[in-house]
Amino acid sequence: MITFFVVNGILLVISLLLLLAERFLVTYGECSITLNGDKTFSMLGGDNLLNYLNQHKIFIPSACGGKATCGFCKLKVLSGGGDILPTEEVYIDKKEREEGLRLACQVKVKKDVEIYIPEYLLGAEEFEADVSHITYLTHDIKIVHLAILNKTINFKPGQYIQFKIPGTDEYRAYSVASSPSDKSTLELLIRLVPGGLCSAYVHKVLMKGDRVVFTGPFGDFYLREESENDIIAIGGGCGMAPIRSILYFLREKGMPRRVFYFFGARTKKDLFFTKELRELEAKFANFKYIPALSEPEPGDKWEGEVGFVTQIAEKYIGDKRPKEAYLCGPPPMIDAAMKVLTREGVKPENIFYDKF
Amino acid sequence: MELHPFVIFIAAIFTHNIALSYLLGMCPLLAMSRHSNTAQGMGIAVIFVMTLTAVINWLLYHFILIPTGSQIMAYLVFIIVIASVVQLLEMIIEKFFPRLQSSFGIFLPLITVNCTILAISLFMVLRTYSFWQTVFFAFGSGIGWAVAITIIAAIREKLRMIGDVPNGLKGAGITMVIAGILSLAFMGFSGMVSVQ
Repeated sequence: MITFFVVNGILLVISLLLLLAERFLVTYGECSITLNGDKTFSMLGGDNLLNYLNQHKIFIPSACGGKATCGFCKLKVLSGGGDILPTEEVYIDKKEREEGLRLACQVKVKKDVEIYIPEYLLGAEEFEADVSHITYLTHDIKIVHLAILNKTINFKPGQYIQFKIPGTDEYRAYSVASSPSDKSTLELLIRLVPGGLCSAYVHKVLMKGDRVVFTGPFGDFYLREESENDIIAIGGGCGMAPIRSILYFLREKGMPRRVFYFFGARTKKDLFFTKELRELEAKFANFKYIPALSEPEPGDKWEGEVGFVTQIAEKYIGDKRPKEAYLCGPPPMIDAAMKVLTREGVKPENIFYDKF
Repeated sequence: MELHPFVIFIAAIFTHNIALSYLLGMCPLLAMSRHSNTAQGMGIAVIFVMTLTAVINWLLYHFILIPTGSQIMAYLVFIIVIASVVQLLEMIIEKFFPRLQSSFGIFLPLITVNCTILAISLFMVLRTYSFWQTVFFAFGSGIGWAVAITIIAAIREKLRMIGDVPNGLKGAGITMVIAGILSLAFMGFSGMVSVQ
């Protein structure tokens, strides 16, 4: 009995101490954040920049929920951010440091802060949506249709959104797979990644009718609309998503440019949207879809290209027409594709990629 | 035999290093040893918190828990004391020593649930250390842990510059190997002093 009181007494004293400390020690008074020199928000200081920006409906990319483990929430802090912290140094190189880049989640607002966020990130908003349809495309990829509530979204073909994992502060980035002309629904392709938090959620828990939250659009991987170059698109797995959005966009414009789409997969069961892409191919002479299997199984009866997708691509793109490349897939695939493309004379500034 | 606090101090650093001979605190040892400056910050924070919490826990244990016969709750009390001391410390440092904040304050939250800190409090009970023995034991263990993480970080930095670590071993894998070899190296000290 006495133990009970003693332990509770100790706990009580500790809680009181903590409460007192919080009351008297953690006060920073009124602080303000000035954004790009024109907008100013004021708030009681003490929290980090990322949270304040989110509270004021400015959504910059961030995946880890403020733990300094993803390194996405970089922005320029012009004044008032204090010194760079060791937790940030891992993500911010020397050049970025000189420019004043910081991780927003690590900058604690204790006085007036001035920041700069590039215009293209300010377009991001927070959306609520209902899952209108969710189904398997392959054995490990699901397509999720989201019906956005009360709003519309404007994005460029190829950009991504950040999907909030319900019940956590974490976000995961997924490219939009649907056409930008459809502003009230989105389609996402989500692969089941072993050990992945969000992909497991989407595959095992998420159901039709569920309400989800996402922010976006983000990203500088999008179709350069003003250009007239031929397009080489190389992708694998979920890398289909942004390319599909680009193809849909071009389809609506009547496929004005020549497009080669190389899609890499291991076996036939990893291929999807084949019928849809073949139809597109039949409709437009300008568009060519070339799937390549790296390890076709005997049962696949595969008659198409066999090999690593970048080697296959090299066979097709020998001509000297000006080209532009959109790459979306795992890092080794992108690195290999970059080598092939530069060897074939595609200018580095015309190669756009999205590694995941 | 009553051990002199200084013997315990030396033992805690070399012969009974908390990281390298008990393999405690592996999680921050792996995670924070990527760069030597973060490793040092973490090391200093561990030294500080370890000493402070061991002192507080010793006093609580001997002046409150033992007289009331509540030793059975020691685990709970120790954990909560550690967590709240770290919290308090963080607030105090932020308020009064903003310069320290960036060098080691940010590591404090990482220590809140660190097993090494709790281990020190539990060891001092198990080994029935006196007050001064506890102080030197905790301080020495902190220094021992800081030494271990600093060495590992230095080796990892050097490895990154000149080494060619196989893909499968990158990150935690090679760090474990380094820790293992260091642990063997520290066994060389074992004849120096003995505390058990």
